[in-house]
Amino acid sequence: MKPILQIENISKRFRISHELQPYLNFRDRLIQLFRRSSTTSEEFWALNKISFTVEAGESIGIIGKNGAGKSTLLKILSKITPPTSGRIISRGRIASLLEVGTGFHPELTGRENIFLNGSILGMKRTEIQQKFDEIVDFSGVEKFLDTPLKHYSSGMQLRLAFAVAAFLEPEVLIIDEVLAVGDAEFQKKCMGKMDEVSKSGRTILFVSHNMNAVNSLCTRCIYLSKGKIVEIGKTEDIINQYLKGDNDQTNQRNFTTLEKTIGDESAVLLDARIVNSEMETIDYLSIDKISGIEYSFEIKKSGMNPVPNIHLYTNKGECAFVSNVDPKGKFSSPGKYKAVMWIPPHLLNAGTYSAGLALSTLNPTSVHFYEQDALIFDVIEDVNKRATEYKQNIPGVVRPLLEWKL
Amino acid sequence: MEYEIKPAGRFSLNLGELWEYRELIFFFTWRDIKVKYKQTFFGAAWAVFQPLLLMVVFTVFFARNFTIDIGDVPYPVFVFSGLLLWNVFANGLSNAGNSMVANANIIKKIYFPRLIIPISSILSAMVDFVISMVVYFCILFFYGLQNAIPSILLVLPLSLLITLCTVMGAGSFLAALNVKYRDFRYVIPFLIQILMFMTPIIYPVNTPDMEWVRTLLLLNPITGAIDLIRSALMGVPVNTMAVVIGSISSLVWLAIGIAYFRKTEYYFADLA
Repeated sequence: MKPILQIENISKRFRISHELQPYLNFRDRLIQLFRRSSTTSEEFWALNKISFTVEAGESIGIIGKNGAGKSTLLKILSKITPPTSGRIISRGRIASLLEVGTGFHPELTGRENIFLNGSILGMKRTEIQQKFDEIVDFSGVEKFLDTPLKHYSSGMQLRLAFAVAAFLEPEVLIIDEVLAVGDAEFQKKCMGKMDEVSKSGRTILFVSHNMNAVNSLCTRCIYLSKGKIVEIGKTEDIINQYLKGDNDQTNQRNFTTLEKTIGDESAVLLDARIVNSEMETIDYLSIDKISGIEYSFEIKKSGMNPVPNIHLYTNKGECAFVSNVDPKGKFSSPGKYKAVMWIPPHLLNAGTYSAGLALSTLNPTSVHFYEQDALIFDVIEDVNKRATEYKQNIPGVVRPLLEWKL
Repeated sequence: MEYEIKPAGRFSLNLGELWEYRELIFFFTWRDIKVKYKQTFFGAAWAVFQPLLLMVVFTVFFARNFTIDIGDVPYPVFVFSGLLLWNVFANGLSNAGNSMVANANIIKKIYFPRLIIPISSILSAMVDFVISMVVYFCILFFYGLQNAIPSILLVLPLSLLITLCTVMGAGSFLAALNVKYRDFRYVIPFLIQILMFMTPIIYPVNTPDMEWVRTLLLLNPITGAIDLIRSALMGVPVNTMAVVIGSISSLVWLAIGIAYFRKTEYYFADLA
């Protein structure tokens, strides 16, 4: 059988006109004058000769950093924007979900919005009528069906929007990061629905930053970087490659090579890394192993008693914890010092975290340096090692192993 | 079903696709109508007030102060028969011209034939037309002119068609321009004001003294459309010249507008 999607040499060029950029100041302009090219518009290839094929019934994940071209690729596949060159042959009806609730109107009631949104997504009116009860049931907003949407909470709007989308029945479904919103329970419901959709033999193209979601839904994965395909292959391998990959080294950093030093006249930050129990630099934390965050700094004055402290944040921006330590006079003479904070196994949940590194003196309080997002790393879990059969995403910031009495 | 996604190619009208999406045209039109009078106290009654008020204003200012030769027809009826089609044009043009920008968030997220948006925004202006048509017939009864109704209904389809072709062409042209140059948001109301005086609504076609002004008026398709209705109202022969020129120029507008829209629509999502 022929593949359902054939993507052949797709490229997309954007012209960035500098005239339209308000933040390009006069100095930049002058510098441009002296450069060899005097053009004020710059070409930018959002996608550069992308080729791959998708077989019917496959679920393919597309991963890559922001700006890798994922969204542009989905927009071309959904016919929203044309490619600059190349072509795509499609052998099925494509529906795209680049956003949930496209076209929702706040003044219309829930019932009216179901019809409007369904129709925008490409459903026929009779089709919507047939599935109406199921949609309402799935959304759980039946009590408010005749209330204008503007009186809904954002959670309710989202549930209604996803409910309509969940009953689309195209041959190819394109989904962009729609699960990044909503509470954990709702996300679980969505993932379950998507699993069902993919098992019913439909083809799915799925873009997400949530590696757990990609892992559980997709068999094959495409890793995009700077508009090019880095690798196509089995999801697990690609995710590992991506996490280790050309990510701008956020697991180990040297701050002395930056343009400005991080610190004040008393202390400066030198470097930082994440380590395992053998003090070797590692790429990511394993959920069941002890790991450490190490950073070194230089003390320039004597007689200080600064407190090292680390602020750990989730990728959603919530503070997971702040930890500090009493230095007990260890840093009282000038010199270079190291500090390691050990994170015990089974503390953090699987996910992406960022560490802010700081050094401060108390009484009177002064912060010598505080470098936000100094290290960014993933906590990885091997779901096969779980105690139970449950393999889905488990929400939460922490994932302690707790004692139960049965 | 097999199809290809290619770089922006040659112009094609693709009416078949538009037909496939007819339900979406219906839903967009329905949405615009529903939303239009939400949270207004008088609701759809505004569709009655607006032309009536204009009629009163024009009658007070023009009928008394100027001698305008309009035969036996009372001036309010004369003005209202002009406003009828003018409002379709003015509301349609203003709706359509702003429609692409107003729906930018949808255009950026989902594909459908873009022409649906100006089409449904013009169709939603038609509801007001139907309402004011009822008002118009009431006025005719009030003045005892109900005998003219059959002949007005006879010419109505053609005059409406001329108006709709014109507004569809000009509206989609402005809609496409508005995506790229937001200046047109400010140009549209201004343009409609100017055009109102360049259309024989408050005066008959043959009023201007200068020959070239009259010719210019004839090039305005709405002139022909209004003239059709007024001849039916007054029971005088149709100004064939006005109607033929109006029909042709409305088709020219339609062709230019849609061609430009189709040519530029590929990049709406990147620009909006």
